[in-house]
Amino acid sequence: MQSIIELKNVNKWFGEFQVLKDINLQVSQKEKIVICGPSGSGKSTLIRCINRLEEHQKGDIIVDGITLDANTKNIEKIRSEVGMVFQQFNLFPHLTILDNCTLAPIWVKKKTKKEAEEIATKYLEKVQIIDQAKKFPGQLSGGQQQRAAIARALCMEPNIMLFDEPTSALDPEMIKEVLDVMVDLANGGMTMCVVTHEMGFAKEVADRVIFMDEGKIVEEKPTQQFFNNPENERTKLFLSQILN
Amino acid sequence: MKILSKTLNKINIFLENNPKITIYFPQFLIILVLTIIISYFSLNASTNMAARGIETGFAFLKNKASFDIQFSLIEFDSNDSYARAYLVGLLNTLLVSGIGIFFATVIGFFVGIIRLSTNILASKVAEAYIEIFRNIPLLLQIFFWYFAVLRLLPSSENSLILFDFVFANIKGIYVPRFVWTNFNFLTYGLVVSILAIYIFRFYSKKKQDLTGVQVPTFTTSLIIFVVINLLFIIIGNVGLSLTYPVLETNRGIHNYSGGVSVIPELIALAFSLSLYTSTFIAECVRAGILGIDKGQKEAAASIGLSKSQILKLIVIPQALRIIIPPVTNQYLNLTKNSSLAAAIAYPDIVLVFAGTALMQTGKAIEIVSITMLTYLTLSISISLFMNWYNKKNSLTER
Ligand SMILES: Nc1ncnc2c1ncn2[C@@H]1O[C@H](COP(=O)(O)OP(=O)(O)OP(=O)(O)O)[C@@H](O)[C@H]1O
Ligand SMILES: [Mg+2]
Repeated sequence: MQSIIELKNVNKWFGEFQVLKDINLQVSQKEKIVICGPSGSGKSTLIRCINRLEEHQKGDIIVDGITLDANTKNIEKIRSEVGMVFQQFNLFPHLTILDNCTLAPIWVKKKTKKEAEEIATKYLEKVQIIDQAKKFPGQLSGGQQQRAAIARALCMEPNIMLFDEPTSALDPEMIKEVLDVMVDLANGGMTMCVVTHEMGFAKEVADRVIFMDEGKIVEEKPTQQFFNNPENERTKLFLSQILN
Repeated sequence: MKILSKTLNKINIFLENNPKITIYFPQFLIILVLTIIISYFSLNASTNMAARGIETGFAFLKNKASFDIQFSLIEFDSNDSYARAYLVGLLNTLLVSGIGIFFATVIGFFVGIIRLSTNILASKVAEAYIEIFRNIPLLLQIFFWYFAVLRLLPSSENSLILFDFVFANIKGIYVPRFVWTNFNFLTYGLVVSILAIYIFRFYSKKKQDLTGVQVPTFTTSLIIFVVINLLFIIIGNVGLSLTYPVLETNRGIHNYSGGVSVIPELIALAFSLSLYTSTFIAECVRAGILGIDKGQKEAAASIGLSKSQILKLIVIPQALRIIIPPVTNQYLNLTKNSSLAAAIAYPDIVLVFAGTALMQTGKAIEIVSITMLTYLTLSISISLFMNWYNKKNSLTER
């Protein structure tokens, strides 16, 4: 299968500190991967490099056939094809949910207001908060806000969705409603890279699980194998901690 | 005991069910106490004064003021009334506050943004500016510009001359006066061009809504403005000539006449008020921009918005909400601080009315209350505007 995301020997430093060390990773079209690992291992940095919210210093990142470099045109093209969902939702508090969703279709894709609203309605229905469309983010619960953030990303009709711990800031009773939306999205054939500690979600939808530690990919296996017979000691320790 | 605790309980429940009472009760109490105190003192004062044969009331406002005011926006001489003197003072206060607010805002935004610059030198210079002008007492700054700078300018016959038409001397700064012919056409042009820009904005928004096409609003607005005004100037045959200040000598006294003169008191006061307040505004601006979460910009970038779109659609609208309320507060402060005018004899409302007029008439209570009421009205109108603005723009939260 052809890979839609390709990382070759990617290295990144924050000053003296090396966050990513020789990362090699390929993600195929429609594949779902879950990235896990201890805090500070570089998971967020890794997926933020994929839409160039962070710049890598060495190696190549190729997304949808486009190599990421200092060329701005490419970055904006990549970003409209790669959606991202953040831990803190990051909805725009001065805009209604509907306006949050129509903003990029209108300003980036130059859609008419009517077209943009049709798209927004479609995705707000998909994440089941169409009844909240006229409200402001501050009026919604955490779970609703995160679903709105997913809808906002989907409105650009991306090929790839990146999720950075989308449920970590949520109360337990709201985690499920967000995960349900993500499972639904996965079943619809979206290519997804998800940083999460929700191992239930990983078991249900992931094709592959990647375990990172200290800036390196330590273990990379199809989901079944990852959970049933992990090889690396640190993976075993991590799994035993997180599953109990 | 039981009955007492029962009634207390009942009161508690009542208050909990009527939260408005708990909010307004203290304010009500304060107003009540204030009213009692004020009525007590004014009653006391009026009986005392009646006993000493001093008449009270505002009739004196119609009397001849019989003093001169050195600087006035409207015609005034010593035959005019105290009421007109009040108006002169008020206009002078508004003038210096208006100038101060304008420059403090411009400088403040500029310095606040420079302060955030990644260029270390620029940011340090801005920081030094803020620290210096914020920490020196305002009165001292006024004295500095007035006595140490403007009072040291040469006498009229040796004026400093800038660009051949600006003359600075100890009596003030003299600039050419604009003399317009067919000035009304220029006004029509301004009105028409603003209307045209407004209509253009409306339709370009509509066009974007309907077709998705984006029109460069700023550039187009600028072109509309220039073209329409030029047309009106040509059609209306609008002319502009300048009368330059000329040095005249009258019985050995040298003076400039013909141009517009700005007295040194006004310059010193407006200058110090602007610099002093601009430092606070700069800090508000900095806080406003820093107050926007980094995640907002990242989220905006992640959906493909360009840098300038992020600034226009995400950063500025959110920063303004944070910046405007404290900046309005600074406007209030500046207006109140303008009463330091008295220290260098700039004829503001305090100097003219609460000073000279009070000394001459002895109507202390009337004059001081009118002056206080004036400041109160100014402040309240600014804060009412601020409250309205806040309400209109505040983020809706749960
Ligand atoms: N902007 C930055 N400047 C300097 N160091 C950074 C920056 N961002 C992250 N780091 C460091 O890089 C390392 C990896 O950070 P990253 O956020 O990628 O970890 P993570 O695996 O996502 O952790 P978590 O599970 O806590 O989110 C951490 O040690 C962090 O302190
Ligand atoms: Mg992280």
